[in-house]
Amino acid sequence: MNIHKYDNRKYLIGAMAVLVAVVYLVRLFSIQLLDHGYKDAADSNALYHKTIYPMRGALMDRNGKLIVSNQPSYDIIVTMRSVHDLDTLAFCQSLGITKETFDSRMADVKNLRRNPGYSSWTRQVFMSQLSAADVSDLKQNLYMFDGFEIDNRTIRRYEYAAGAHMLGDLGEVSKADIEQDPYYSKGDFIGKQGVEKYYEKELRGSKGVEVLLRDAHGRIQGHYNDGELDVEAVAGKDLKLSVDIDLQMLGEKLMQNKIGSIVAIEPATGEILCMVSSPTYDPSLLTGRHRGENYTELAARSDKPLLNRPIQGTYPPGSTFKTSQALTFLQEGIIDQNTMFPCTNGFVFGRLKVGCHSHSSPLPLLPAIATSCNGYFCWGYYRMIGASKYGSPQAALTVWKDYMVDMGFGYALGVDLPGEARGMIPNADYYDRHYRRSWNGLTTISNAIGQGEVTLTPLQIANLGATIANRGFYIKPHVLRNVDDQHPDSIYLEKHYVGVDRKNYEIVVNGMRQAVLEGTCRVANNPDYMVCGKTGTAENRGKDHSVFMGFAPMDNPRIAISVYVENGGFGASYGVPIGALMMEQYIKGGLSEESMAAADEMSQRKIDYGKERR
Amino acid sequence: MGKRGVDILGRIDWLTIILVLILMVCGWFSIVGSSSDVFGPSLFSFDTRPGKQLVWIGCAIVLGIVVISITRDFFSSYAYIIWGLMMVLLLATIFLAQEHKGSRSWLDIGPVSLQPAEFAKFATALALAKYVDRYSFNPQDMNDLAKAFGIFLLPMVLIVAQNETGSALVYVVFILVLYREGLTGTILFLGALAIVFFIVAIKYGQVPFGIQNFSVGTFVVLLIIQLLIPVMAWFVKRDSRFCIWQAVLQIVPLVMGLLVATLSIPFKVTVLQTVLIVTSCVWMIFKGLKDMTHRYFLVSAVGVLSIVYLFSVDYAFENILQDHQRTRINVILGLEDDPLKAGYNVNQSMIAIGSGGFAGKGFMKGTQTKLKYVPEQDTDFIFCTVGEEQGFLGSAFVLLLYISLVLRLLVLAERQPTVFGRVYGYSVLCILLFHVFVNIGMVLGILPVIGIPLPFFSYGGSSLWGFTILLSIFLRIDCERLADY
Repeated sequence: MNIHKYDNRKYLIGAMAVLVAVVYLVRLFSIQLLDHGYKDAADSNALYHKTIYPMRGALMDRNGKLIVSNQPSYDIIVTMRSVHDLDTLAFCQSLGITKETFDSRMADVKNLRRNPGYSSWTRQVFMSQLSAADVSDLKQNLYMFDGFEIDNRTIRRYEYAAGAHMLGDLGEVSKADIEQDPYYSKGDFIGKQGVEKYYEKELRGSKGVEVLLRDAHGRIQGHYNDGELDVEAVAGKDLKLSVDIDLQMLGEKLMQNKIGSIVAIEPATGEILCMVSSPTYDPSLLTGRHRGENYTELAARSDKPLLNRPIQGTYPPGSTFKTSQALTFLQEGIIDQNTMFPCTNGFVFGRLKVGCHSHSSPLPLLPAIATSCNGYFCWGYYRMIGASKYGSPQAALTVWKDYMVDMGFGYALGVDLPGEARGMIPNADYYDRHYRRSWNGLTTISNAIGQGEVTLTPLQIANLGATIANRGFYIKPHVLRNVDDQHPDSIYLEKHYVGVDRKNYEIVVNGMRQAVLEGTCRVANNPDYMVCGKTGTAENRGKDHSVFMGFAPMDNPRIAISVYVENGGFGASYGVPIGALMMEQYIKGGLSEESMAAADEMSQRKIDYGKERR
Repeated sequence: MGKRGVDILGRIDWLTIILVLILMVCGWFSIVGSSSDVFGPSLFSFDTRPGKQLVWIGCAIVLGIVVISITRDFFSSYAYIIWGLMMVLLLATIFLAQEHKGSRSWLDIGPVSLQPAEFAKFATALALAKYVDRYSFNPQDMNDLAKAFGIFLLPMVLIVAQNETGSALVYVVFILVLYREGLTGTILFLGALAIVFFIVAIKYGQVPFGIQNFSVGTFVVLLIIQLLIPVMAWFVKRDSRFCIWQAVLQIVPLVMGLLVATLSIPFKVTVLQTVLIVTSCVWMIFKGLKDMTHRYFLVSAVGVLSIVYLFSVDYAFENILQDHQRTRINVILGLEDDPLKAGYNVNQSMIAIGSGGFAGKGFMKGTQTKLKYVPEQDTDFIFCTVGEEQGFLGSAFVLLLYISLVLRLLVLAERQPTVFGRVYGYSVLCILLFHVFVNIGMVLGILPVIGIPLPFFSYGGSSLWGFTILLSIFLRIDCERLADY
């Protein structure tokens, strides 16, 4: 066979080699000489942007007591290339970790999937958020461990184990946070809940940066352009909150072993004096390196300690709602102070019966409020919805609903905390849809006594108390008192008038006063100042909820309060005594010896909730 | 003529040796350039990569001298045995090797680790050369071809089993070697066509053609088929009249169709193209029947199959390939900008090379390679260091060195009087060309990331020694080329 038969094919193979050379030369030419983008990218690779973290603003209570400050925390940084002859055992010992932990952390750092920016030349976080105690041994021996450094960061420090829900917590920024606000970058902390989240922008300050130049060996050669691009960090602002930390702590103590809320508001300003959500937890659980596991544990509990009940729980207000009904009926002229309604152990109309306890009958408004008569308010409501001046139950209910909305119900009040629920005030459409337009006052009679479709948040109930205390207006409740001696948002200064005359409020105030003197709230009576109050016993699938709404003193009120104890039974059994102690604490600046004993006794009282998920 | 008396020093091809030595020296300096914190004496210490590489280079030179002093007859006589032993070693490696970065290809022998796959190349080249050298070998005979293919497909499979897909891919070049020996070009041609169609169809598949409702990718692939039809017809039979008519049939209606589509009524020009191609194919079949030239049927088949292939590529890409495979291809075709995932390495390597500019940043001054933005910067991505520190001048110089070496080997291979020598020579040059093509193409972001080293350049003993043996055997064969006369 002729071995030269295919000799021409050598040209094709030679041509391939030449083609490769030509194509690659053109490519080299274009990326090295024509495209300058690569050079810029390389420059930015070689610059090291060192972030300077600002000090986060502190939180103070209304009397200037420090509640939340910062404490140093330590990140251990490793630069793999600089690690030489590491005595792993000694390193683990001085850090108090096992060899396995060390190995798995090192593997995580090097894992490009988990840590995509990894380079053995750059500083990588080995462990983060360690306490001073955690690193003290390592600090002393650091000289032995080439390649390891300790970075200072800060984490939150809580002076009181109280107010966790209101204060909120900090956590690492999520991907979504970074996308929403370019200020953040991976590893930054951001407020996740409560004040920390709502006032994140005020608290965080602004990060500084030092632009440093690295040489080919990764060594820092000093500031780039003599520090022209450096930016100093600006510390966050300190916030003065409206909360009274002593009142808050007493509230949390009283609510131990119970589920529910206490909200107290200064009526004249709308400032929230305390906001207790029970069960609660120590806010320092959600800081530092154990944050994740603690959070998971809290989130898994059946009594939902992470739920901020004062603003996220919606409950039937029960009889505390009757005050709002009295105001509406008076203003609309459905009743006057002297109108009498019968109550024969309840409201009976054909087959419909709303039960009541026994008291004299018929009776006028004041004793009706004082004794919390169901019959009276059912008659009033029935009369209003059926009143011919409105033309139809729909029109009447719309008027009624407008009053409710003006009192701050049915929509979120706009408190300066994230996650506020709106509660429920049914409107005519709602009933039209459910009852195919054939409904009347009787069908919806439970609205009169704060049952049925109506739900409020404990904050809204407290705000009702504040509105009555103010005789007709409220200021949006808020937890921030001031920043740099100024309130940042004017919406927390505006008065919202309900549109009910002051004289009608005075009537309801008198009714609430009577409830304390001779009605359902007698436990709340205090000889030193005049307390006004209203109980509620909210019907429920299980045991009734115990509710109290009140304010004191009667003239120039300083505190309005709502207490809501889930499954506590009669309003008088939990709501009233807790409310009374809270008011005493705030008005007198402390508890009498007798009250102190009562408070201890109350904190021991336990309600059995079983294992049911709530 | 006594074979003992071969005048090696006088006959050996010094040009090749010089080119290789220059590459080794450049490679060593690049390894120094890409490592850092290495100064003074530590440069020569065995603890550092440059120090080790120096030892590997020394060993390689000794190894080269030893190999060159072994006679051609030895390699020729023991070719099959060497190949057989190597296959056993490759198989054993799968079971003996410690897992290293997901592959089982490294054997620990005392202080050094060796990668048997690097040494299987010369064994395979020897066996193939020996087999093709048989007097009865017929490149058109299916039986012979099957055996020849078996010689390089077996090591390929074994290396794939070691999870070194990149190294295994190299064995594809033996098809090119067989092409030189008479393997039909159709296989080569169809393979190349399939790759071109795939890339164009995927890369430009989403790009609309002006305001028309078809993609540039489809249009271009169809246009290539249209232009290929008259050209292929020409190769079948030099019938210029027929070929011109074929060209006219393809081009004139297409130009008119494009004018109509852009100026007045937009319609799918790709449909027109498809119709034209099918028309040509049918005409080709009649022509084939009439002239009794059945190779026209082949052209016709290529045309129709191309269209089928084109429309199935999209489907296969979306439905058959796995996610990570799709990502790899997309990144390489520039369709996905994903600097922290699959494209990270390529992106960083192009930044390093691009920032080198015309003359480079200077020896040891490359920030990108040293700050480890580029991965594997002294092995698979070593060309980055050249690009960054020596700029366009340095990289062009290295590239041209390689091409010169390949072309020089082509000359040497062509001057072999024996089929054995020529096949072996072509194996050497094709393997080299493939390594350079894939490695630099990857670093320049033209080809996918396939981890194979740059010959004589990348850090590492196995690769260096493997190539040294591969090349030295050929230099020895070349020395003895006149002994046969």
